[in-house]
Amino acid sequence: MSLLKVTIDNKTIEVEPGTTILQAARMIGPDVAPPAMCYYTKLKTSGGYCRTCLVKVSKGSEKDPRPMPKLVASCRTTVMDGMEVENFTSPEVVDARNGVVEFLLLNHPLDCPICDQAGECHLQDLSYENGKSKTRNEFERRTFEKIDIGDKIQLHMTRCILCYRCVKVADQFTPERVHGVINRGEVSEISTYIQHAVDNDFSGNMIDVCPVGALTDKTFRFKSRVWFLKPVDAHRNCDKCSGKTVLWKYGQEIYRITGRKDQWGEVEEFICNTCRFDKKAPSDWTEEGPRKLSRHSVISQGQYGAKTKFVASPVTLPNKQLS
Amino acid sequence: MSRKLLLANDHIPGIQSYEVYRSNGGYRSVEKALKTMSPDDVVEEVKKSGLRGRGGAGFPTGMKWSFLAKPEGVPRYLVCNADESEPGTFKDRYLMEHIPHILVEGMITSSFALGANTSYIYIRGEYFYVARIVEKAIAEAYANGWLGKNILGTGFNHDMYVQVGGGAYICGEETALLESLEGKRGNPRIKPPFPAIAGLYGCPTVVNNVETIAAVVPIVNDGGDEYAKIGIGRSTGTKLISASGNINKPGVYEIELGVPVEEFIFSDQYCGGIANGKRMKACVPGGSSVPILPDYLVCKTAAGEDRLMTYESLSDGGFATGSMLGSGGFIVYDENQCIVRNTWNFSRFYHHESCGQCSPCREGTGWMERVLHRLEKGMGNMSDIDLLVEVAKKIEGNTICPLGDAAAWPVAAAVRHFRHEFEHHVLHPDKVKDPKHGHREPIMPVKPQPVTA
Repeated sequence: MSLLKVTIDNKTIEVEPGTTILQAARMIGPDVAPPAMCYYTKLKTSGGYCRTCLVKVSKGSEKDPRPMPKLVASCRTTVMDGMEVENFTSPEVVDARNGVVEFLLLNHPLDCPICDQAGECHLQDLSYENGKSKTRNEFERRTFEKIDIGDKIQLHMTRCILCYRCVKVADQFTPERVHGVINRGEVSEISTYIQHAVDNDFSGNMIDVCPVGALTDKTFRFKSRVWFLKPVDAHRNCDKCSGKTVLWKYGQEIYRITGRKDQWGEVEEFICNTCRFDKKAPSDWTEEGPRKLSRHSVISQGQYGAKTKFVASPVTLPNKQLS
Repeated sequence: MSRKLLLANDHIPGIQSYEVYRSNGGYRSVEKALKTMSPDDVVEEVKKSGLRGRGGAGFPTGMKWSFLAKPEGVPRYLVCNADESEPGTFKDRYLMEHIPHILVEGMITSSFALGANTSYIYIRGEYFYVARIVEKAIAEAYANGWLGKNILGTGFNHDMYVQVGGGAYICGEETALLESLEGKRGNPRIKPPFPAIAGLYGCPTVVNNVETIAAVVPIVNDGGDEYAKIGIGRSTGTKLISASGNINKPGVYEIELGVPVEEFIFSDQYCGGIANGKRMKACVPGGSSVPILPDYLVCKTAAGEDRLMTYESLSDGGFATGSMLGSGGFIVYDENQCIVRNTWNFSRFYHHESCGQCSPCREGTGWMERVLHRLEKGMGNMSDIDLLVEVAKKIEGNTICPLGDAAAWPVAAAVRHFRHEFEHHVLHPDKVKDPKHGHREPIMPVKPQPVTA
């Protein structure tokens, strides 16, 4: 098979047939990669819902150079030979993306100060880059009751942006379909079948794939802000999963365990619930060393030994203040 | 007098029953197609006829049929979209209620052309009694050998099923319809792949509107060339128009495409003029999703030509001064109707019917509805009007399926043509607090205004 040539924001790359525009853009680098809230490489049929990855195809292909009439979702559009794509260089795309971010934030509570996801939230990053400083929504935002999905996961639907990633996790990792979307339109809601607990060894991955703070780890809720913790790569011999995880530590104490996320916020390998929730003793793990973080990540700001100015006063953890 | 093809036998008593339908020339097209034509011949006739999809988008049917993938060993399906839920459109209900056999006949002929051995008629939940009528017609067709194994001894097998939906507007979108038919949540699929490649159960599928399928019957009977003689330009044949609103004779009319809009509204043969001797204020020519037209653009285009009931003429001038034929839901408003209230009503419908899959439509329709509600109740301010335009622009074209566009267009068009009325709502909140405002006297005098795009 011959490689296809695609140009994104004036940068050209050759990719294999079947690659989507988003994947091609990620190969070129973060400078041209559109943001994605619902697309997840490792989940089949994900993507296409949030519309943040909209791009303009200014030239369809070498054979058919007509531009596409509408903006397309780059995560679900495959590249053609000679395709030319405009992402950040097109004002139309930037404008549409700003609109999408405004829609996503329209009913989002913006309760970042009390949200466990703060610091590693994709919506936070996205609204920082594309959002307005002030909302134009003058109406009451929709709210939902919190729901427990099993004893380890809590669903806070009010924060959800309906990316369907957790639905795909439940669909593709569990044998029975108990997790899905009920109702429609603005009041649609992620739900488990009549409040069934999702009882599966891999259900914890819903927390990792959630781009916002809608699904949170109940063993970690309100324990600490993520940027106070030090991420350390570690592994253990696990008979269910690869056992390759990231430990989030404060001193020697392990506060939480997640999968290893790459620069696009997607886990490298899904991990099982035993590794995630039950093995919190340092003796369970073989540490590999500190996890590399992007210099721009808010999490890297609070690191020991990071090249930021060290704050002399001791950091007190929120939960210790409470006790 | 306009020629009728679909409703030609509508006046005959008992036409719902098989015997009367058959004795009036029914099922001739099945006989002709199965015995004397090849499937490709039928597709060729439909192509020649220039028939365009009657569900709203107006895509050429023959072309759609020829796109159908034909891999070996994979079944193909024909699905009839009878999920007619557009506010202002009721032509399919009329057709199925009065002449159910023309749909069954068209389905058999079309399935033969496409090589489909199974077909489905997806009827919206609210049309439950219509589903009973169609089911009875199908049972009669089975009993008389038009369906089942080895039809007319030609070796063509065909089974037809009726599926009643749950009453969701979104299931009228073809991929959402297929999802619903498969027993899933009716969310539109992301295209490509199009249903012609991977549709129902992943097999090649054609989804057509009720009226489109019924129109295949006269095309096969009389030939595509004969059908193409009716109409003007690329708008050929006849079209069912469901006329409603402030007119003297609301109802379903079969027109030859190319009838002037003025004649359609004012002649006694059709709508019979505006009711109660009032003036026309506005018109929605193709169902709630298409842009509204003010009175001075209904009968004449911006260039001063007569506007005709055709796909091209109604969309003349683009969205600045034109509209669309859409599904043929022709709604006329007299001077006492409040455009803001009407726009709010449409917007409320789209808010309720949005499936919630993609963000612009899920959040935007609700936002527009709330802003319009505020304006209508006299609690809005001037910036709301521009906000509406901007939100509509952000939704339009950025969604998975056309529901987002359908929600945005009527709002944008109403603000474009009736901005003064929105402003009136902001400036005189005391006058519009009464929910019946405008009923006794016009909200504002109808005055023609030039439009700048």
